[in-house]
Amino acid sequence: MNRFLWPLIGFIVLVVLLAVGLNLNPRDVPSPLIGKPAPNFSLARLHAPDQEFSPKELLGKVWLLNVWASWCVSCRQEHPVLVELAKSQTVPLVGLNYKEVRGDGAIDMDKVAAGSEKGMVVERAGAWLSKHGDPYTLSVLDIDGRVGIDYGVYGVPETYVIDKAGIIRMKHTGPITPEIYSSKILPLLAELSK
Amino acid sequence: MLLLLAMAAIAGQATHAGKAKPLADDELTEKRLIAISSELRCLVCQNESLAGSHAELANDLRREIRTLIHDGKSDNEIMEFMVSRYGDFVRYRPPLKGSTLLLWFGPGLLFVLGLGGLVLYLRRRDLAIKDTPLTADEQRQADVLLHDHESSQGRS
Repeated sequence: MNRFLWPLIGFIVLVVLLAVGLNLNPRDVPSPLIGKPAPNFSLARLHAPDQEFSPKELLGKVWLLNVWASWCVSCRQEHPVLVELAKSQTVPLVGLNYKEVRGDGAIDMDKVAAGSEKGMVVERAGAWLSKHGDPYTLSVLDIDGRVGIDYGVYGVPETYVIDKAGIIRMKHTGPITPEIYSSKILPLLAELSK
Repeated sequence: MLLLLAMAAIAGQATHAGKAKPLADDELTEKRLIAISSELRCLVCQNESLAGSHAELANDLRREIRTLIHDGKSDNEIMEFMVSRYGDFVRYRPPLKGSTLLLWFGPGLLFVLGLGGLVLYLRRRDLAIKDTPLTADEQRQADVLLHDHESSQGRS
């Protein structure tokens, strides 16, 4: 009996460790920004490229920052969820349009004339939103991805929940599914809005 | 025609020069860049270092590190810049702290435990097979068996 007991225990321990380990998502990198103030920026707005938006303007409000781009396939997947969210008018939803032109692998940046990138960004992002619906209270243009680096963006789409004091309370990497929205984001928004 | 060819050649060179530009910057910066980015993980292709990755984000981050070097930031400051944005996960050598104790010492601990187990097992086995002298009765039985064996051999 004892002869078989220890190998059996070892086997069970191994199975448990593998079951836990293989179910972890390696893409889910814990963000060091949670609990920290949202990095400040000042970027041109998509629908008013002469005006800038800065997160400071939303101090005192709970809001969502969603990183998106028209070339991002998963963004299309989560888009209907965002459109629903916008209909319910729960919180302001700010879109951070991330490297709209230079992030698109299909565009050869050597062929883009200097100075014309911003115009292309506005045109492409605007066209995509009019085609798929615009859920954003406003969108800002992170043309070179510099603000994305400050927010630790490494895969689009990403979504940040920011509280009234301007602190990042949650980050979700990858498309928001209806389940994630109703089970994780919505309860947090309700709690933060109290 | 010749003129056209010459123009094409110049145009070709120009685009080449455009692509190779980052390397020609200055050698010291590039050396530091490679040293730092070899310590960092590319978050898009997680098993590649930032130095070796061709991912779009890796390019951006290398450009960022280059700017920081030009700004006179130390290696530690640059590392801190990356960790404050992407977390300890970007470092190939995780720092020693509470949450990483198991990671750092787990393998050593397992080794010591395994070695201890082996020593214990060998000792116990050694005790179990220690020679014990035969009793008088057993000796007689053995003699009989040996004698039988010899005589049977002699007969054949």
